[in-house]
Amino acid sequence: MASAAAVLSVAVLAATALGFGAARWGGANLSQLEEWALGGRSFGTVVSWFLLGGDLYTAYTFIAVPALVYGVGALGFFAVPYATIAYPIALVVLSRFWVVARRRGYLTTADFVRDRYGDRALEIAVALTGVVAALPYIALQLVGMRAVFAQFSTLGAAGALPALTIAFVLLAAYTYVSGLRAPAMIAFVKDALIYATVIAAIIVIPAKLGGWEHVFSSAEAALARRPHPSSIYLAPGQYFTYASMAFGSALSLFIYPHSITSVLAARSREVIRRNAALLPIYSLLLGLLALLGYCAVAARIGANDASNVVPLLFARFFPGWFAGLADAAVVIGALVPAAIMCIGAANLFASNVFREFSPERSPVRTLVAKLLTLAIAAFALLVIFFVPVPFAIDFQLLGGALMLQIFPAFVLGLWTRWFHPKALFAGWACGLAASCAMAITSGFNANYTIHVFGGSLTGFIALYSLVVNLLVATALTALLRARRLSGGLDRTTAADYA
Amino acid sequence: MHRARYVLLVLPFVGTLIPPIYNHARPALFGMPFFYWYQLAWVLVTAALLGIFVGVTRERRNG
Repeated sequence: MASAAAVLSVAVLAATALGFGAARWGGANLSQLEEWALGGRSFGTVVSWFLLGGDLYTAYTFIAVPALVYGVGALGFFAVPYATIAYPIALVVLSRFWVVARRRGYLTTADFVRDRYGDRALEIAVALTGVVAALPYIALQLVGMRAVFAQFSTLGAAGALPALTIAFVLLAAYTYVSGLRAPAMIAFVKDALIYATVIAAIIVIPAKLGGWEHVFSSAEAALARRPHPSSIYLAPGQYFTYASMAFGSALSLFIYPHSITSVLAARSREVIRRNAALLPIYSLLLGLLALLGYCAVAARIGANDASNVVPLLFARFFPGWFAGLADAAVVIGALVPAAIMCIGAANLFASNVFREFSPERSPVRTLVAKLLTLAIAAFALLVIFFVPVPFAIDFQLLGGALMLQIFPAFVLGLWTRWFHPKALFAGWACGLAASCAMAITSGFNANYTIHVFGGSLTGFIALYSLVVNLLVATALTALLRARRLSGGLDRTTAADYA
Repeated sequence: MHRARYVLLVLPFVGTLIPPIYNHARPALFGMPFFYWYQLAWVLVTAALLGIFVGVTRERRNG
């Protein structure tokens, strides 16, 4: 245990040094907002691959996906089709957004919405949605870190709080100093650690448990014996749930502010397109990690908090120093996306909320974005101190449902100006209300059961509320167009998208 | 060919979003049930399809 703690501490300190050192990368003038927040929009295919991989496949993913498979069986594997079909969507949507964003100098999705629709309320709605959805996501990175720190303390989760605070203060400090270059540089270390750990885990752990065949058969037997039995296969009633969770999550992944921030840091459209084809390599890793959930079931790892399954598995099967490396992979894997999420949310708040309410709409000052980054990091830390973990996970699911409500204004807006901005705003508001109502009535479950034509259909809340949103936006647009009401000024031209 | 290449982007949705076609134990591969290795295989297939799509569209622009 002591050797694991030592390896972990050294790795976190090395990452911190890299984070501060990143300020010197490329000799950039970090008082320029584009340099600080988007790395000067200069990242090539390799840097972007590490940055996006570090951003999308978070520590929380690596902790929560195996935990979900451990907890619910086959349904938890939805993360794999989700992380597969996200990429065709990303390829089409993001390469188009990248072009218009570069041509017109956008920092955020809400910048585009402002130009496209000339509607302040819609711009602020889009920006606030991103900020609110990012907060629980940042908090969940802390949950991942806490699961690792907790095992070194006899006090459990409470004993992890000092280490968690120190790690997060360091993160806030180097992000403040170096901006997006800090997570971009640390992402190299993160990925090296993650790949080494996962490949070792996938080879060593199933072999020690008697091979994959035995892992699956003993997991199936153990899941069937539980008080709430589940299976390594889907029940027919779960087909729609499984597909709707994969599809809904894939639609929302790339409109989160942290994804957009990393995408806009790319040097060219070609970098985005190539990465859409190269990033699925991480999804393969994610899928193999998900199966560690079954290894934990087969190894009879008993965890009162499922988040601890992966750290417990590492501690059981690896020597102390290697378990320390694996723990470092999780912690640094949390620090990278948390930094990007703070920057992305701060960009949105500074550019599209703060500035809209400032008297003379002056250009955003870099210092404002930097200070907002600190505020957002501090807020996420407070969430972890005061909100119990199951609630944080509920808020994250709800956050995904909220995030998807900007899909009509942002993604459809990239192709069509048919929708009326007021109708989009109404659709957004109805989608939010529907998400909250379904989340509350289902007891903060990710899925909601609707009853139609005498049958019932259980599906992902985010997708149902997107349907509500689209119906409202379409009907109102038709109505407003019939009355020939002005649809606001579109400052973009066809040439901006070519 | 102009529109046909978008089929490459649609295939992963068809392959992964209809669970009844892959919710089986057999044929297993390396002791892994079909349900699992089939979906993992789609990750690689999707990467290949997107790689072809990106390659094809780049040639079109240059040529």
